[in-house]
Amino acid sequence: MTTDTVEPLVAADYKTGVRGTDRPPGKGDLGMALIFILPAAVGFAVFYLYPFIRGFYFSLTRYNLLGTPHFIGFDNFTKLFQDKLFWNALLVTVEYVLINIVLQTVLAVAIAVLMHRLTQSTVIRGLILLPFLISNVIAALVWFWLLDYQIGLVNGFIAAIGFDKIPFFGDAAWAIPTIAVVNVWRHMGYTALLVFAGLQTIPGYVYEAASVDGSTEWKSFWRITLPLLRPILALVLVITVTGSFQVFDTVAVTTKGGPGNASRVMQYYIYQKGFTEGQFGYASALSVILFIILATVALIQLRLLRAGESDLA
Amino acid sequence: MTTTTAPSRANGVAAAPEKAGGKKINAGKVAAWAAMIILILITLFPFYWMIRTAFSTSKSLFSDPNSLLPVDFTLGAFKRVLGLATPAEAQAEGGSGAAVNFWLFLRNSIVYATLSTAGQVFFSALAAYAFARLRWPGRDKVFFLFLTALMIPPIFVMLPNFILIKNLGLLNTFPGLILPYFFMTPFAIFFLRQFFLGISREIEEAAKLDGAGHWLIFFRIILPMSWAPIITLFILTFINQWNDYFWPLLVGANDKVRVLTVALGVFRSQTPQGSPDWAGLMAAVLVAALPILILFFAFAKKIVNSIGFSGVK
Repeated sequence: MTTDTVEPLVAADYKTGVRGTDRPPGKGDLGMALIFILPAAVGFAVFYLYPFIRGFYFSLTRYNLLGTPHFIGFDNFTKLFQDKLFWNALLVTVEYVLINIVLQTVLAVAIAVLMHRLTQSTVIRGLILLPFLISNVIAALVWFWLLDYQIGLVNGFIAAIGFDKIPFFGDAAWAIPTIAVVNVWRHMGYTALLVFAGLQTIPGYVYEAASVDGSTEWKSFWRITLPLLRPILALVLVITVTGSFQVFDTVAVTTKGGPGNASRVMQYYIYQKGFTEGQFGYASALSVILFIILATVALIQLRLLRAGESDLA
Repeated sequence: MTTTTAPSRANGVAAAPEKAGGKKINAGKVAAWAAMIILILITLFPFYWMIRTAFSTSKSLFSDPNSLLPVDFTLGAFKRVLGLATPAEAQAEGGSGAAVNFWLFLRNSIVYATLSTAGQVFFSALAAYAFARLRWPGRDKVFFLFLTALMIPPIFVMLPNFILIKNLGLLNTFPGLILPYFFMTPFAIFFLRQFFLGISREIEEAAKLDGAGHWLIFFRIILPMSWAPIITLFILTFINQWNDYFWPLLVGANDKVRVLTVALGVFRSQTPQGSPDWAGLMAAVLVAALPILILFFAFAKKIVNSIGFSGVK
């Protein structure tokens, strides 16, 4: 291709840049590099950087998608802080994240430790990963069916053992825990494999030594595995918590935010404001808040991670 | 893999676990396997339930909701979904009778996932090469800038990206769906850069001495040598795109470009006879998940082993 025409240029740069080393300092391969990163740089500028800046701008406007954005300063934000539905969305989202993350992390660590101590089988790891491969939409639909009030299997079972049926998606108190558990089902295997990868880094002799000293498996878990796993858990939590805050698909497919406002999580509220109610500026302001929350959470977690790293050394 | 040598499986038995391994039945180990099996069953059961439901008639789902086997075994649900049943047949079996453009949505999903993945992996590989192998001023700063995009929650840029695509007149077109994913994602660049960094420089230097330019080195040396991680990245990205819901919901609601996830959401909202057509829905879900499941079983080992921290840390 164009190789022949471009290469001499680089070679020339190479020569002029030599200062007694075999590595070319200075400009180096700048010309070549520009060509290589050009598509990615365009993609980055157009679909990440530009919308990132524009997102802040839209949050300061009134914009109904049809006309042009109209600058209104911080009005959206003052309105937002008095918006009961916003606070409700925030509360509901936090409730979701707490249930989702706590359950998911406990189960994932349990699965990872069990696999670590029992088997290295790729088949088992593959089976555990299976729910993660299907979409949130499919996971939601399957559980929507399993948990159906009238003829869902789970309620059939509950009735069979003599309890009252539970309106999992139809009751304000149950909706969020139910959605959280559905997503735990989809993500726990993936999270377990992340933790499992972390466990592989703990050298076997640590356990041997502990075992020789008479430590039980249970004690070893609390005294060795968990402390050594801390930095990796922190990293896993950065990924899972930020993901969890952005729950949308499951809600959109099952409850649509209901009953009432019981499962109207942040991203669903943003979607409704922006796309069904056409208040795009207001939706942007909401997403600025979501961004700030996520950035804060990630920074705090990364700080914890750093503390953990010094521990390990 | 050194971890497999950890011998302390025999619960706290200090010295002799290695010898006892085969003979004694260890209560702790039995309990651990039992827990593992229960977790695997929870993971897999919903998949079985999809199959069981999809092969039943809608009527039998009401008469025998708790039967563990399909009742009135039938292919009717699949026929309904794939458009092989007449509207009358479909209605008689509990479907809506409306034409389901399943094949169209399947095609749309294939186009969307394949094109966005192919572009993303290719252009990200080019950029990753520039970040890993070329020398140019500001390289690490630009790389860091790209990485910060990992911190931005997708919804934050998706709102302005929606406006951009809308203003470009690309709503409900494949370019509109694909473009934001086509040129790069920070993760893909990061992932590939890690692998490129690990390739020995010697082969590259030798090729350079022979007069090979960077294009030649990239296509003839780097790409062939990183085949495994590139395929892994391709599969992971493809699965992600296939499962994507939010962006196609915003940009591709129209029939012409509607992908399977969005179509399933619509299908679920149709309640032809008071409740969703559960058998049809589960059949649709199965067919929608099938390509991914095939992909997974073909590359299970690669996918399972790719989940760790090589790509995250």
